[in-house]
Amino acid sequence: MPSGDRTVLEVRGLRTAFQTRSGSVYAVNDVSFDVKRGELLGVVGESGSGKSVTMMSLIGLLPMPPARIEAGEVLLDGEDLLKASPARLRNVRGGEVGFVFQDPMTSLNPVFPVGFQIVEPLRRHMGLSKKAARDRAVELLELVGIPGARARLDDYPHQFSGGMRQRVMIAIALACDPKLLIADEPTTALDVTIQAQILELVHKLRDELGMAIVWITHDLGVIAQIADRVLVMYGGQVVEQAPVRPLFRDPRHPYTRALLKTIPSVTGERAAKLQVIEGQPPILGAFPTACPFRDRCPLAFERCHAQNPAREVVAEGHDVACFHPSAQGAEAVA
Amino acid sequence: MLTYTLRRLMFAVPTLFFIAAAIFFLLELAPGDPMANVPLTVPSEVREQMRQALGLGEPAHIRFVLWLKQFFWIEPLNLVDHWFGTTFAEGELRIISWQNRSPVFLTIAERIPQTLWVVGTSYLVAILIAIPIGIYSAYRQYSLFDQAGTFITMIGFSVPPFFSGVFVILIFSVYLGWFPTIYDTRLVVNDWDSFMQQVRQMILPVMVLALQITSQLSRFMRASVLDNLNQDYVRTARAKGLVERRVILVHVLRNSLLPVVTVIALYVPAIFSGAIITEQIFKVNGIGQLLITALQANDWPMVQTLSFIFAVLIVVSNLVADLLYGILDPRIRYD
Repeated sequence: MPSGDRTVLEVRGLRTAFQTRSGSVYAVNDVSFDVKRGELLGVVGESGSGKSVTMMSLIGLLPMPPARIEAGEVLLDGEDLLKASPARLRNVRGGEVGFVFQDPMTSLNPVFPVGFQIVEPLRRHMGLSKKAARDRAVELLELVGIPGARARLDDYPHQFSGGMRQRVMIAIALACDPKLLIADEPTTALDVTIQAQILELVHKLRDELGMAIVWITHDLGVIAQIADRVLVMYGGQVVEQAPVRPLFRDPRHPYTRALLKTIPSVTGERAAKLQVIEGQPPILGAFPTACPFRDRCPLAFERCHAQNPAREVVAEGHDVACFHPSAQGAEAVA
Repeated sequence: MLTYTLRRLMFAVPTLFFIAAAIFFLLELAPGDPMANVPLTVPSEVREQMRQALGLGEPAHIRFVLWLKQFFWIEPLNLVDHWFGTTFAEGELRIISWQNRSPVFLTIAERIPQTLWVVGTSYLVAILIAIPIGIYSAYRQYSLFDQAGTFITMIGFSVPPFFSGVFVILIFSVYLGWFPTIYDTRLVVNDWDSFMQQVRQMILPVMVLALQITSQLSRFMRASVLDNLNQDYVRTARAKGLVERRVILVHVLRNSLLPVVTVIALYVPAIFSGAIITEQIFKVNGIGQLLITALQANDWPMVQTLSFIFAVLIVVSNLVADLLYGILDPRIRYD
């Protein structure tokens, strides 16, 4: 992990809620984290844990209403984006922060050629002429490894395969040299070989361009492969944060441990049955006053039902939100 | 695409033949006698002679084949003669109206301009109004504008033209006296004054028709835009930092127009077939009115020819709609 570098993104106490007919849903609760230049932060958690909503909240991509950001600070190079004007946010989006979404099949506009779609942010943010923007688009397509880039500029999205479309999406996200790239499950919709290619590509681009990357996924295998540091989210909260090695070697939160157990092992003895985490993720109908994981946690005791644990540092760069003594370093029980 | 077009046109031949036959033999089965309007004092032998003169002495299938020949061979020849001053069709019997004993196509050619002016204009006006309304209602869904739009389009949908026509006549002609109640067909537009007069007499029928078409089209447009607003590519466009106007008017609009253009193209035959009720109310003697009077007078050649022309227009506009879709949507290729 390249430490000592300056912090690009700093999120403090972010809280996002959705207004629905049946009351508010608290999707993101007091989430804090930071990302440094050149660092790749992996964010894991199951569906509905608030990963995507957190990242969309950062740059105003959530429809408001029904979404509302109730508290927090989002500092991009020291500037609070939650206080920024809509016009300023538009300059940030696509200019300083690039976004790659989950499904490359639907993320590109089907009726415009990919060249048109790459050129748009270039013209908008960098004020390039038509000609210059097209040249830059060719460079970008070459950068993300699309062969015959210039000829493919006028092709439509449906003429590309899924992996190639995701490369196009990455090219769009990188178009204006962003400080931060947010990738929201970018390989989930792709098959494994294509996924490996994309992971390799992103790794290479990070080393070449040196931007910070936030990589959202529910695939721990992907995290192990590319992340420097990991944020584990559950029920709209960060439950554990650690550099990637310690997280896999010494997970502290019962949820993280359970997650790691669900990965089937290819070496050693074949497990009789795949491990699952019993129960359902919580419905966040109220602001949490107890640990969100309590109902599924094998270690839960009275305190977990009465109080929501805060994140506490247990080792260097490693913090966890759990009351159980084993989380603090005592002998693991489970 | 050319092969596709030709294939579609070839498939259209049996379809149209079937339609022509269906119309012809249905009319044959229908009650009514072309001699019904002849005074009872005319002796029956004379009546019989008149029937013979109309070609009714032959059996139905012979008359059907004769009609096909007249429609597809003699009438086009007449058109060629008319354009180039040739005499190919001389001495051949054209399709003759039983009502006024003159060629059906001459009457149609007289009536078409009225219908095109009134119905065509209202269609154009409706498209120009409906598309922006549809976009804005969808973008500001459940806003005051959208609610008001929903209310007004529901009225436009549900109030029939025989009511709204009379209603606007009452307000704008009777009380306010702004526009004439009756469409003057004899008006010749040759200078500014007569043009303004033409505009004034068109306003009421156009208003009534446009209300109806706008209601339908704007609902359709709204639904189409709503479908697209939730698509992933819209989020991508916003994530690129594009201004909202560009997100909507470039990215969303182009996609939302695809189904709407098809609907617009499919509606085109209605411009030619006219608006039967509206034409009646405002005394526009267009095609719709021609069809109604022909039906009332048992003028089967006229009804047969008009119905068949509508059928051809419907088949052609279906093809045009499909081809347009192929041009606008890069994902669709007809090879």
